[in-house]
Amino acid sequence: MMKQVGSHRLIFWLTFIPPTLWLLIFLLIPLSIIGSFSFSEKRGLIDIELSWILNNYIRAADLIYLSTLIKSIGVAGITTVICFLFGFPLALGIASAPPRWKSILLIAVILPFCVNLLIRTYALIAVFRTRGFFNFGLEWFADLINVPFEPLSLLYNDTAVILGLVYVHLPFMVLPLYAGFEGFNKTLLEAALDLGASKLELLTSIIIPIITPSIISGCILVFIPALGSYLTPELLGGPNSQMIANVIERQFMNANDWPFGSALSMVLVYLTFGILALRYLCFNNLYLDKNKRRL
Amino acid sequence: MKIKNNHKAPKMSLDYFYQWWFKVILCVTFIFLYAPILVLIIFSFNDSRRNITWRGFTFKYYEKAALNDGLIDAFINSLTIGIFNTLGSLILGILTALLLWRFRFPFKAVYEGIILLPVVMPEICIGVALLVFFNQIGWANNLPWPLSLSKITFAHILFSFPFVAIIIRARLATFNLEQEEAAFDLGASPGQVFTNVFLPHIRPALIVSGLIAFTLSLDDFVITFFTSGPDTITVPIKIYSMVRFSVTPEVNAASTILLLITLCAAGIALWVHRAKISRIGKL
Amino acid sequence: MKNPIIKIEGVTKKFGIKNALEEIDLSIYEGEFFAIVGPSGCGKTTLLRVLAGFEVPDSGLLFIDDENMRNIPPNQRPLNIVFQSYALFPHMTVLDNIAFGLKVTGVPIKECYQRVKTLLKLVKLSGLDDRFPHQLSGGQLQRVALARALVKRPKVLLLDEPLSALDAKLRNEMRQELVRLQKSMGITFILVTHDQQEALSTADRIAVMNNGGIKQVASPTNLYESPSNKFVADFIGSINLIKCEVRQIEGELCAVTTGLTKDLFSIKGKNQIAVGQSYLMGVRPEKIQLTKLTDIDQYDNKLAGIINNITYLGRSSMYHVKVSGDENVVINVSMSHSDRSENIDLCIGESVLMHWTAGSALLLEDHDP
Repeated sequence: MMKQVGSHRLIFWLTFIPPTLWLLIFLLIPLSIIGSFSFSEKRGLIDIELSWILNNYIRAADLIYLSTLIKSIGVAGITTVICFLFGFPLALGIASAPPRWKSILLIAVILPFCVNLLIRTYALIAVFRTRGFFNFGLEWFADLINVPFEPLSLLYNDTAVILGLVYVHLPFMVLPLYAGFEGFNKTLLEAALDLGASKLELLTSIIIPIITPSIISGCILVFIPALGSYLTPELLGGPNSQMIANVIERQFMNANDWPFGSALSMVLVYLTFGILALRYLCFNNLYLDKNKRRL
Repeated sequence: MKIKNNHKAPKMSLDYFYQWWFKVILCVTFIFLYAPILVLIIFSFNDSRRNITWRGFTFKYYEKAALNDGLIDAFINSLTIGIFNTLGSLILGILTALLLWRFRFPFKAVYEGIILLPVVMPEICIGVALLVFFNQIGWANNLPWPLSLSKITFAHILFSFPFVAIIIRARLATFNLEQEEAAFDLGASPGQVFTNVFLPHIRPALIVSGLIAFTLSLDDFVITFFTSGPDTITVPIKIYSMVRFSVTPEVNAASTILLLITLCAAGIALWVHRAKISRIGKL
Repeated sequence: MKNPIIKIEGVTKKFGIKNALEEIDLSIYEGEFFAIVGPSGCGKTTLLRVLAGFEVPDSGLLFIDDENMRNIPPNQRPLNIVFQSYALFPHMTVLDNIAFGLKVTGVPIKECYQRVKTLLKLVKLSGLDDRFPHQLSGGQLQRVALARALVKRPKVLLLDEPLSALDAKLRNEMRQELVRLQKSMGITFILVTHDQQEALSTADRIAVMNNGGIKQVASPTNLYESPSNKFVADFIGSINLIKCEVRQIEGELCAVTTGLTKDLFSIKGKNQIAVGQSYLMGVRPEKIQLTKLTDIDQYDNKLAGIINNITYLGRSSMYHVKVSGDENVVINVSMSHSDRSENIDLCIGESVLMHWTAGSALLLEDHDP
């Protein structure tokens, strides 16, 4: 079904050039520019000189910036773990639902994701702030059982940021996991049961090893965006909950230090490439030749 | 002697759906996902300026939103960008899907990875890169409307067309090439084959991916933030400034309106193709 | 009589409004190679899954080795299945695949691997221990699936169309392998297949199913020579069926008339035949001889006809003969090329005489059982 280029040269170039051009102009070249900026320095108010120095990167390794980066990685990591702990049973349950329920449940999980990130984050604020509905509910409950109540300060700290990130990224964990479960050969489960496996062994020896590629996909689809998220820490975080994206934004909008901001951005880019390369190297030669990875 | 068996004996293979722990997680998740949104919608009707306690039902903040010039401009901008983005993404997406489905060429796997980059890479990196790029090439900042929206539109197309490509590619996987060969055999020209055999087959995917491209554009904040200017504000950016400024029910109202548009578009796309979505694992 | 190792009593299973299994009664004895055959949709796979525990019958009882299997889940039943698609675990090596059933039931590791190695030798796969399923051929996959089930020493081994994915030559080899394995291990095998040749060549006893019910249970020879109803007669091998009416009964033989000629035909009868009743006369293609039309008075059971078509099958040919009495009736006659008598020219359009002995014909009821 696939053809070699030679037989349809014209169509090939017709389909190859526009997307490639677009990616080149609007992604690869801009990334190269900030890449080169990361090795540049400011000269005066606007001028930037490409002097191939590492000053920006050295500055990025300063404790204040490094700690923000490490904190961002930590926050993104915790978010990924929580998304997995909730997403895995959710996806498993939906995949084993009767066909009618499957679509309804899937749509119900995806739909909130379609709502604007900003709106959802703002909605979270309304619910979880000191005089918000969650606290009101708790207060009402405390009155009911006659216990003194202090409103919980749930917002403007790291916990709120993590909560917000989980809120936003959960569907990105559920969907790849669900796809993995759907494509799973259920006869394997019957075979394992027939051979005497208990339900727990079914999960650990059969399901999880085979579903590992989907787990990795889900984790990457949550971790990388969470790492680079801007709005959630900006709106939900306190002064100590800054993440790397907020720092980058300040360099470009307030401090006007584009080279340094570029260096910080490039660190994120390197991290992204690194994670993707790691996944490619470790999991590309899987035993599951049926799961051909393709776009 | 007939002995009736107990029908509740669970099927051993995959009866996770019926387990109690699943139902609990499902409930908790859905409350978590939907409650804040519902609260937001309900409180857009709240007759209270500070919007902390409920004081009465009113439409007045919707009126305020409808009369807010800045918001109206933002809506017009968002819709315009959304439409152009959808068109552009569909074209690029179809071409990409065709390319990957049909041809083998060196480094194809790498190419597929690059196509996915705009999706996987953190938005802040792309936003910042575009900011610098447009600045460096001296993109004019005072173009007339709608050309002034071009920066944002190009950026949106960048991260939308990979989604379109993925969806159309998946649909192409079910295309029986023999249909195309049969059409040629019966005398059709390549153009006729394209319009009469090929396009109808991918039409559902076009609709779904078009709607998704539209919602992605409508909802984007970070990248738009870095490619917009004071005259080219979109709805999310406008709402952001409203949130920073003062949290009145007007923000809720504006948010609800945006939310409803997005949900309608996405809901239609998802519902129409629910059968296909529930089988995504079986591509 | 020995107690059956598997006893199925009155098992019924519905899917929606369709009855997949209807009041199935079956006994299978220890050490038998038992086959269940039938066309697709007859319920044989459902029966297998009921035995294994993946389907719960709506009513009826199932005993394995005198133990009631009600409420016993599949992972605790003393039988194992070889699945049609083999269902090998793609992420485990051959060794781990076969050892899986032992590991999950707590067999110590050393013993596990010992038993696995023995079995690998038995199925002639030694040396392939650390291959993965995607590196094996169809025949090898089949044998790994067999080994994986057999290593657990089950009381009964169920095989769900195990050879359907193999090419014809391999299939024949594997049939003999299966019989050899079964005889040497003494385990009861239950083979489910749609291929009646497979059943005939491997099984000690066969159950023929259709539409959710068992039509006959007998040894291969009895099934072929003495089918008890129209369906079995036509499903196992092929048969020509001619409507007839009983005129007389003389001891073991009956005299019947057909609508085709004025002659009487004699058939070996069976119990409970009523004079005047309509039946079907069944004659298998290979039991009919073809001779020249001039020999017409030499034989008792005979029909004249014209050869309409010939299908060449290598070792033999199938002659499709239109009967002279009724153009719509076509009799199939199979003649091996070494048997052909020299004084007849068998080509299309030739007039021939078909004849057979009374003992070759069967008397069958003319309704679906």
